[in-house]
Amino acid sequence: MIWNALLLALREIRNNLLRSSLTTLGIVIGVGAVILMVTLGAGATTRITAEFSSLGNNLLAIVPGQENGPPTAVTPFEISVVDKIQREIPNLTEVVPELAVQGVLVNGNHNHNSQIDGTTNAYLHSRNWTLIAGREFSPAEILAGKSVCIIGETDRRELFGDQVPVGQRIRINKITCEIIGVLAPKGVSTFGQDMDELVLMPLKAVQRKIAGNTEVNVIRVLVDRPENIAHVKDLIQRLMREVRHIIPGQVDDFSVEDLQEITQIVTAVTLVLTAFLSAVAAVSLLVGGIGIMNIMLVSVTERTREIGIRLAIGARERDVLLQFLIEAILMSAFGGILGVLLGLGGSAAICYALKIPFVFQPGIVIIAVGFAAIVGVAFGYFPARRAARLDPIEALRHE
Amino acid sequence: MPEDQPLIALRGVTKIYGSGEAEVTALGGINLDVHDGEFVAVMGPSGSGKSTCMNILGCLDAPTSGQYYFRGVDVASITREDRAMLRRHYIGFVFQGFNLLKRTTALENLELPLIYRGVPRGERRRLGMAALAQVGLAERWNHTAAELSGGQQQRVAIARALVASPSVVFADEPTGNLDSAKSHEIMQLLKSLNAENGLTIVLVTHEEDVASYAGRHVRFHDGMIASDSGRAR
Repeated sequence: MIWNALLLALREIRNNLLRSSLTTLGIVIGVGAVILMVTLGAGATTRITAEFSSLGNNLLAIVPGQENGPPTAVTPFEISVVDKIQREIPNLTEVVPELAVQGVLVNGNHNHNSQIDGTTNAYLHSRNWTLIAGREFSPAEILAGKSVCIIGETDRRELFGDQVPVGQRIRINKITCEIIGVLAPKGVSTFGQDMDELVLMPLKAVQRKIAGNTEVNVIRVLVDRPENIAHVKDLIQRLMREVRHIIPGQVDDFSVEDLQEITQIVTAVTLVLTAFLSAVAAVSLLVGGIGIMNIMLVSVTERTREIGIRLAIGARERDVLLQFLIEAILMSAFGGILGVLLGLGGSAAICYALKIPFVFQPGIVIIAVGFAAIVGVAFGYFPARRAARLDPIEALRHE
Repeated sequence: MPEDQPLIALRGVTKIYGSGEAEVTALGGINLDVHDGEFVAVMGPSGSGKSTCMNILGCLDAPTSGQYYFRGVDVASITREDRAMLRRHYIGFVFQGFNLLKRTTALENLELPLIYRGVPRGERRRLGMAALAQVGLAERWNHTAAELSGGQQQRVAIARALVASPSVVFADEPTGNLDSAKSHEIMQLLKSLNAENGLTIVLVTHEEDVASYAGRHVRFHDGMIASDSGRAR
């Protein structure tokens, strides 16, 4: 009986190619659209999360002065503190001294205001900066505080237009400085700040030649893992109190800030994106499901007469049902496989074009195929069952 | 007695549609015998109960009361599934609207009842081609129903009705959708199948000239048999 039903099902599919392809197409589009939307969404989420992470959410900033406490005399840090932190605090991957000043950059008759950071190569590594041209500082340049600089994209554009100015010289305030590298652009930050308006110089160069002091106004440290942040923060606080001779009971004249704000934003953004993605998946499933349902219902109405003919010439209700069930399963399976291939292939292509990572989501593939199969089989089978339960005469009269 | 046992015997068969006020009596107690080899024309105006009677005879519908003996076995109150099996093995149908699968070839249409009977593939082909030859359409075996003319479709339908060697073929207004020349051909075909192959045929029609091909005439009026020319000897 099952072989006969299979034979009849295959003949029906073959003899009604247009109807079969439309039904299969409904399933292909249903499955493909869901997989495409969700895979693209997951890729976008990954990309956005990665961008937030590149802001450096494992960073701690040690700054002079109390963040929210009573005003205290602000004494900047000495460079010796940086060495001490590097020696005594565990779980750190980078320690970055920074002295930030504002300055005017001049190249011929172009000039531009920019932030100038005196620092080390650790600045680049701790915040995922890469160079599109040139090189990092050499140890000798750092040690001697030579007048060399690495400039950001905005500064480069303002001063040099289309040129790559590695090896050229610019004037910063009153000193002349050789450009040794250009930073890859990062664009505007979440907080509306142009991150590419930045010049990096060896710390000593800024201290001696621009600021005229030996200060460090921020020390940033990169903690190896997020779960060590609290512990490291505590150790740094103790060390700094010792270094700055703060007796118990006295208020700190410095603060250690973690970038919880960013961590919170990342968490919030991820939550919103996940919710958005689920909504997209649900809508795609619904739309795909309705598409499949429509085609199945239309074709089954058309097939009521066929069911009447089959019943009249000797098919039992269950012969008809088995045949329709097999047809629905075959088309759902074929459409499902095609939909998966199309969905994954399409999203891989679009991910490539949009330069977002392709994140394979096995869960949604299973859900999409399962849902489409259930809708396809249910709407192929149940209307057929209703028709097969009619009197053959009634089914035959059906127009 | 077995020698003369009728193929079909209706005893006091009624069919009532609806209930209460809306009750309609389509058949009001019919007695009818049909023997093997007969060609019976059931006639009457529309609404006289002739189609209802044929649906009951063809096991497409069950009577409200009364007995229906098919080869001596009462099948009036058997299950839907058993009625389907009876149709499968003993009954062929020809309808006014042909009722072929439109996008399916003539041969595959003929194979359909054989598939339900579980006839193996090679045998199906042989029987199908033989039946097509009988109705003169052997060379059209690979045409779909939609590609055939009305008369040809009805020939295929007749071939489908007789391909499984049924005990009886029921034809409900088989010429209703055809012009008079085609009607004549179809009736000639049915008549020769009856005369040469001994095929038992029950024909429902309201046209006198169509009915004239049959050997026996049963007239319905208001759900009752008004006249019966009797079994031709």
